[in-house]
Amino acid sequence: MTAPAPKPDLLVIDDEVQIRRLLRLTLESAGYRVREAETGALGLNEAAVARPDAVILDLSLPDLGGLEVLRHLREWSQVPVLILSVRGGETDKIAALDAGADDYLTKPFGGGELLARLRVLLRRAQPAGEVSIVRFGDVEVDFTKRTVTREGADLHLTVKEYALLRLLLQHRGKVVTHRQLLREVWGPQHEADTHYLRVHMANLRKKIEPADTPFIKTESGIGYRFTDAG
Amino acid sequence: MPEPANDLRPSPDALLAALQRDESRARRGRLKVFFGMCPGVGKTYAMLRAAREELRTGIDVLVGIVETHRRAETEALLEGLPVLPRRTFTHAGITLTEFDLEAALARRPRLILVDEFAHTNAPGSRHPKRYQDVIELLDAGLDVYTTLNVQHLESRADAVRQITGVAVRETVPDSVFELADQIELIDLTPEALRERLAEGKVYLADRAALAADNFFKDTHLTALRELALRFVAERVDKRLRELRATSPLKTVWRSGERLLVGVGPSPSSTQLIRWTRRMAAAQGAAWLAVSVEPSRPLDAEAQRRIEQNLTLARELGAEVVITRDDDIAAALVRTALQNNATQIVVGKSRSSPWLDFFRGGSLVDRLLRQSGPIDLYAVPAERAAEKPIAWLDWLPAERSPAREYGEVAVTLGVVTAACWFLTPFAGYLSVGMIYLFAMIALSLRVGRGPVLAAGVASALLWDFLFIPPLFTFAISKLEDGMMFATYFAVALAAGHLTARIRAAARHERLREERATALFHLTEALSAARTLDDAVFAALRQIDRLFAAQSALLLAGDSLTPHFAGSFAISEKERGVADWVWRNRKRAGRFTDTLPASEGFHVPLVRDDTCVGVLVVRVAPEAALTLAQRDLIESFAAQLALNVEREHLRAAGEREKLLAESEKLHRALLDAVSHELKTPLAVLSSALETLATADEATRAALLGESRTATGRLTRLVNNLLDQTRLEAGALRTRLDWCDAHDLIAAALDGVRDSLAGHPFESDVPADIPLFRADAALMEQVIANLLLNAALHTPAATPIFLTAGLDQARRRIFFTVADRGPGFPLEMRERLFQKFQRGDAARAGGLGLGLSIIRGFVVAQGGEIVVGENPGGGAVFTVYLPYEPHGNVPGE
Repeated sequence: MTAPAPKPDLLVIDDEVQIRRLLRLTLESAGYRVREAETGALGLNEAAVARPDAVILDLSLPDLGGLEVLRHLREWSQVPVLILSVRGGETDKIAALDAGADDYLTKPFGGGELLARLRVLLRRAQPAGEVSIVRFGDVEVDFTKRTVTREGADLHLTVKEYALLRLLLQHRGKVVTHRQLLREVWGPQHEADTHYLRVHMANLRKKIEPADTPFIKTESGIGYRFTDAG
Repeated sequence: MPEPANDLRPSPDALLAALQRDESRARRGRLKVFFGMCPGVGKTYAMLRAAREELRTGIDVLVGIVETHRRAETEALLEGLPVLPRRTFTHAGITLTEFDLEAALARRPRLILVDEFAHTNAPGSRHPKRYQDVIELLDAGLDVYTTLNVQHLESRADAVRQITGVAVRETVPDSVFELADQIELIDLTPEALRERLAEGKVYLADRAALAADNFFKDTHLTALRELALRFVAERVDKRLRELRATSPLKTVWRSGERLLVGVGPSPSSTQLIRWTRRMAAAQGAAWLAVSVEPSRPLDAEAQRRIEQNLTLARELGAEVVITRDDDIAAALVRTALQNNATQIVVGKSRSSPWLDFFRGGSLVDRLLRQSGPIDLYAVPAERAAEKPIAWLDWLPAERSPAREYGEVAVTLGVVTAACWFLTPFAGYLSVGMIYLFAMIALSLRVGRGPVLAAGVASALLWDFLFIPPLFTFAISKLEDGMMFATYFAVALAAGHLTARIRAAARHERLREERATALFHLTEALSAARTLDDAVFAALRQIDRLFAAQSALLLAGDSLTPHFAGSFAISEKERGVADWVWRNRKRAGRFTDTLPASEGFHVPLVRDDTCVGVLVVRVAPEAALTLAQRDLIESFAAQLALNVEREHLRAAGEREKLLAESEKLHRALLDAVSHELKTPLAVLSSALETLATADEATRAALLGESRTATGRLTRLVNNLLDQTRLEAGALRTRLDWCDAHDLIAAALDGVRDSLAGHPFESDVPADIPLFRADAALMEQVIANLLLNAALHTPAATPIFLTAGLDQARRRIFFTVADRGPGFPLEMRERLFQKFQRGDAARAGGLGLGLSIIRGFVVAQGGEIVVGENPGGGAVFTVYLPYEPHGNVPGE
């Protein structure tokens, strides 16, 4: 028997007291420890002092503004950050993701979804050993050999397709913005050439996805997320 | 001393060249605009012809950019003219060609042709608009020829939209148009244009073809043509007016020919009218037909013939003027001056020379004497017509008093001499009769004063020279005395009567002019579609009639000058106008109140309120007669009527709007309160029951709560989206989108709601990428699917298709259902907010479709609703499509 893992420590920065109370209820019943901060400044302070395992950050805060808090936080911490935002605030979301947020949730959200996202963030935050083989559906990706097979047969992916797939798999379960994908795969000078991304992504999907179960989920206007049961 | 080898002084040649360059730079180029009412009238054609003419005279002509639209006749004209190669560049993956401004400036021709003044340059050009290119060319000293349609004029674009219903996007500010040194109006009748259209001689871009049917309607064309003509005429008129303000109304300006034909009852007048029309058509001039009514009524037959002739003239396009005068020549000249006619056409006189002598010369002679700068045409009757009816040409013309007194003296002298020799045979009494005859004859020819003078003089002469005792003024016999007294009375009466007749004639004429002026005004006012038009027309009439400048101040919280005024109101005049406004009495010059001011101020009064002040200003040395001031007041009354009508209309509109918005608010409040309360009621009662419920009920209650929450969420989202749309806070981020991606994402969000409906989608695998705001488009598709699911019976199928409409370069998405569909009359207002389909089940504010349309339009697309063959509704979203740039394979 291994000793029970220590309860992960979470910091919620939100100015709405009801949201904080609800989050506390949801998260504590799921086995997390929860700290609260009402303003951005208090939140930054709390993050520095308590060193939480993950931060849930509302983008519309009365004092600093969520984006500002995130920038300060990222100056000295790589703690996973989950953004809460409202519908229609795509621009803010993208800015936050590009500024280093790890994922986002649009209000109103369900408790189940929140917990699922948190699980992904925390898993990623754990120093996982270098995975060399990833499987999803009937596809197997071997990062050391740089090969992709489907039902055992070799799949030929172009260099860009492979790079895209690799990037999405590395951030499995998390959203990767268009800009991040373009910068990583094509270089910073192509950050605006979304049509590259669309064309190659479409080709990649044709190769790795069965017709009815998409693994690569489109986050309209924001980016892509690799999702699968595992 | 030897010159240093590298002398830095410029050579004289280089200096000279530099000087010449500077000189030509200092000279600003001249702009000539070929102006037309709509595409296809032949502006480019006319421009090229003019350019060829210039080229022939040795001018350095260059075709900067000309759109021939592959019309053979235009292309033929282009041959032999040097053409500047177009600049080619690529924008967003499309190869575009554009006018090359840099190359044109480098090449520096004397004259450059730049077609389509209002064109919007392709992105990446130096200026966003072509007219800015043209201004730069002009500044560089190049002469420019360009073309423009009236609908592209900023001030007229609205009018064109009202006429044709086609919105004009590319406009040229009027201030830029003012730069034109020369405007050539290319005019074509609507019939001719439609013919050209039918023969395929008019090029229409794809988009224009859509609107063409509407645009090229005959009525529209006529209206557009009028708009173009009026615009040019106004411009010319403005320049003329500036001149007119300073020069007295004694001459006509040869600003465009205008013909005037004198029309009488004679059948030869018909020929005269036709002749004038031919002349006018040949000169492209306007023409007037003038009938001069004598004070003595004409017989019925003559009257009928005049009417016939005037009707003919009207049918042939003349403006008909009827004036009243006993002197035809004077009347014709007067009418010509009033209407700025440059040519008078009359029939060649067929009356006898003897009669002519008596009238002071034939009509043509008298016209010749009086017409001054006006050209005169005496046209002979083409064939011997029936004997012309003598119409009142027999009364003498008005003369100068000195001349009339001279005439009196001469006549009396001749008569006296003749009588001197006659008395020995006829006796002195018959001499009296001869004098009386001369008196009557004179009274027909000369004015009141001379007639009275003649009466007195002849009586004295008779008494002194003929009545015994001779050479005294004494009269010895009683019957001589009675004769003398009778003579004196008759002579004076004759003089007096003549004068009265003349005064009556003059009075009649004034009334006539006044009636005509008022008639023209009411005609212009009723033709005006807006108050601005009406004010403009009225003020121009005043300017023209009184050789004055006029301005109108409209009353609101204070007096505001109307832009159509022909002079700027000074502070001082403003004060007078304010007084007039407050006191509702006329003031200013020619009145007792503030007579030192420049203008004559008349209030516009309707029902005891003053709606404005009309100010008329004439030159300091000129004066307005009582009759003229009277007329101005009548004008003011007419204008007041128009202003009031406009006020009433505006008030009515406001009231209607208010009522509408109140209705809307009530509807919104009802709907929102209902929509919010229902899910809230469900939630609160469910939560209360939850505590005590058993396991099965609890699950059901949770399900209900979830549904209620979903409904609330949708409602709030919709309200927020609508607010964003209305506040203009929606910023679209257009980006390359993949239809498959979008549809998958949209389906993700609405999968639960679609559960009860069989769903089929058909999207071609090779559908190209297109530019859209992915988040908005996902919402559009999701909401359309949701709508279909909510408003159709359970288990009816829903279809989703997408594809590329290659021909019209657009991407389409369709969502079709097998529900009840929408009746035709509903489709129009379906996309307005708070409209709910009749078949809509409870739920929804009727905002969904309004938001969808808002989102689609924000992305440059459109949405239409139609009928699904076999039942149901089809919503189709169109988005503009352009291919994306190259994507590197690796």
